[in-house]
Amino acid sequence: MKEVTVYVPKDSAALAVGADEVAAALQVQCATRGLPLNVVRNGSRGLLWLEPLVEVATPGGRVAYGPVTPDDVPGLLDAGFLEGAPHALRQGAVESIPYLASQERLTFARMGVNDPLSISDYEALDGFAGLRRAATLDASAIIEEVTNSGLRGRGGAAFPTGIKWKTVRLAEGPQKYVVCNADEGDSGTFSDRMTMEGDPFVLIEGMAITALAVGATEGYIYVRSEYPHAIASMNEAIARAEAAGFLGDNVAGSGEAFRLSVRKAAGAYVCGEETAMLESIEGKRGIVRSKPPLPALQGLFGQPTAINNVITFASVPIILSRGAQFYRDYGVGRSRGTLPLQLAGNIKYGGLIEKAFGVTLRQLIYEYGGGTRSGRPVKAVQVGGPLGAYVPESQWDVPLDYEAYAAMGAAVGHGGIVVHDDTADLSKLARYAMEYCAIESCGKCTPCRIGSTRGVEVIDRITAGGGAVSSQSEQVELLRSLCDTMLNGSLCALGAMIPYPVLSALNHYPEDFRIVEPAHPPVAS
Amino acid sequence: MAVSLVDGDAVADVIESHSSTPGALLPILHEVQDALGYIPRDAAVRIADALNLSRAEVHGVITFYHYFRSEPPARHVVQVCRAEACQSVGADALISHVRERLGCAKQAHSADGRFSVEPVYCLGLCASGPALTIDEHLHARMTQEKFERLASRLEEQS
Ligand SMILES: Cc1cc2nc3c(=O)[nH]c(=O)nc-3n(C[C@H](O)[C@H](O)[C@H](O)COP(=O)(O)O)c2cc1C
Ligand code: SF4
Ligand code: FES
Repeated sequence: MKEVTVYVPKDSAALAVGADEVAAALQVQCATRGLPLNVVRNGSRGLLWLEPLVEVATPGGRVAYGPVTPDDVPGLLDAGFLEGAPHALRQGAVESIPYLASQERLTFARMGVNDPLSISDYEALDGFAGLRRAATLDASAIIEEVTNSGLRGRGGAAFPTGIKWKTVRLAEGPQKYVVCNADEGDSGTFSDRMTMEGDPFVLIEGMAITALAVGATEGYIYVRSEYPHAIASMNEAIARAEAAGFLGDNVAGSGEAFRLSVRKAAGAYVCGEETAMLESIEGKRGIVRSKPPLPALQGLFGQPTAINNVITFASVPIILSRGAQFYRDYGVGRSRGTLPLQLAGNIKYGGLIEKAFGVTLRQLIYEYGGGTRSGRPVKAVQVGGPLGAYVPESQWDVPLDYEAYAAMGAAVGHGGIVVHDDTADLSKLARYAMEYCAIESCGKCTPCRIGSTRGVEVIDRITAGGGAVSSQSEQVELLRSLCDTMLNGSLCALGAMIPYPVLSALNHYPEDFRIVEPAHPPVAS
Repeated sequence: MAVSLVDGDAVADVIESHSSTPGALLPILHEVQDALGYIPRDAAVRIADALNLSRAEVHGVITFYHYFRSEPPARHVVQVCRAEACQSVGADALISHVRERLGCAKQAHSADGRFSVEPVYCLGLCASGPALTIDEHLHARMTQEKFERLASRLEEQS
């Protein structure tokens, strides 16, 4: 009998629901049945409700089955799944699953297809084509390409990437650095993790192109400690890329050197803020630095430093290989290209959805997500992580775009979407936001350090009710003015944006704060 | 707690291996914690001396980061995610259940020192919550029934 290739993902989201056990059961069962089997551990396709999603290579293409448990394996083999036969778990040809087929996968083009650590598999799917081209260009031409693509930072602040690189390029300094922010602390986000685990070479390629563009010879990837599999994957990928000449003394034949290493973070959310991250890499507490100076001019160890998010770097190779125009043809307004959105929380079909900017929340929640996992109505959706606003239903048709979201007091952030059903209590979530800010504050500014703790107390007093209406409305006013102080008096976005979830909860879901309407409208003074 | 001779050598080796690492403090602390399970006070003192830092500076770094431990951990550490995406699918109830089940309802460690339960803020498994780790192994779409099986297995182990 001919050997059959079966793909079992090794993405953390698959491992966490038993992918290793499924792979082991397949090996054992096939061995006892005398069926020759080749198991490839691929990345995840991002259809996370179907994990572990096992794919079988058949003459007619790859056929998916999921979610598979070890107990399903004998039945699957009995049914003839190695030939792609029908079974209750059969999902059909993987690339025709509508959730996947309707996406615009540019940055995630290779995700889940092959063994993430195989350089030859990577190159077979256009890998290193961008770097090879960059190696033949001069630095300003690379920067021009990235500027023209319209790419903006995917870590949250949406700053134009080409402009940042140009600043680093023009800065004077004996040593320049490229630093990747892989601290991905936002709840509801996992696109950085998936990239590092499922397509690590695309990050390496993006960083190497950046190094050529800005003139850096050293680079770091700062990965959160909660991501041990991503750290292992990046370390192995760096070693292989170096052995193959894509890192090291002569990057892809450019004559330029670039060395890359991984730094493990240590569980502080604020170290995702870029200057706190630099402090951490330097071996200090993660205290946010005042700007200026910009890190582009005086960053890591005081040297010019290009800092970008994982997804920003991972978007660069395709811009170089296919050209700026190809990339900027996707998107709307000043939000060009695609964004790998992450649909999470109480959602039936959660996962990774890469779409051009302009998609709406309603499409994402219902057409992709199928509504809540609990089957109850959707009540609130937090977009952009713990510093993002709760977006009420009246705004679910606004096209996802940086400017449109900013205009409604929300933020796209790193593209995390967390869905809550109607059992959610938004006053509890607002309280949590303040509590989280108190736990994670670096302590440098008073509004953030002290204000967050005060915020918890004020919310408690509001929701406790019981007192006179006037005292409750005083507390509400106090909360608003506290948020105002935090917004205006905080050095970084942790203190300055925590008011987003708090105020959006208060404004759109006042009933959850058990606000008692005054019997007579207060007399205007 | 004193560092035994063997542990002391391990710490010295870690420090030595990072003699040319720029900003070596975090990598050293990670390796010491990987080897010993925590960062004993003596080790912190030796690291400070070797890196020419004050003891207060090293102590400040260890306490700033949630990941570093100054005390030995319980034999089994369970970390339950309590960030927003997991909250939306019942993380609060899950963490209470886990604490109760492992005898950690009133304190971080169970009385016999076998278990500890800690909150964690996002494991990157937000579409498959609630999520937790047991001795660094990831588990998602957790339910009380699934946790019961894992807990019994842990109890058999030790
Ligand atoms: C509290 C806080 C946490 C942040 N966390 C992250 C993070 O985990 N990853 C990230 O890329 N950017 C994060 N940022 C944004 C960074 O400061 C910075 O804008 C970004 O890394 C720049 O890269 P980009 O231009 O590619 O987005 C955070 C900012 C703040 C204020
Ligand atoms: S806002 Fe908070 S986290 Fe940011 S610098 Fe100030 S104290 Fe630190
Ligand atoms: S919020 Fe729990 S894993 Fe992300």
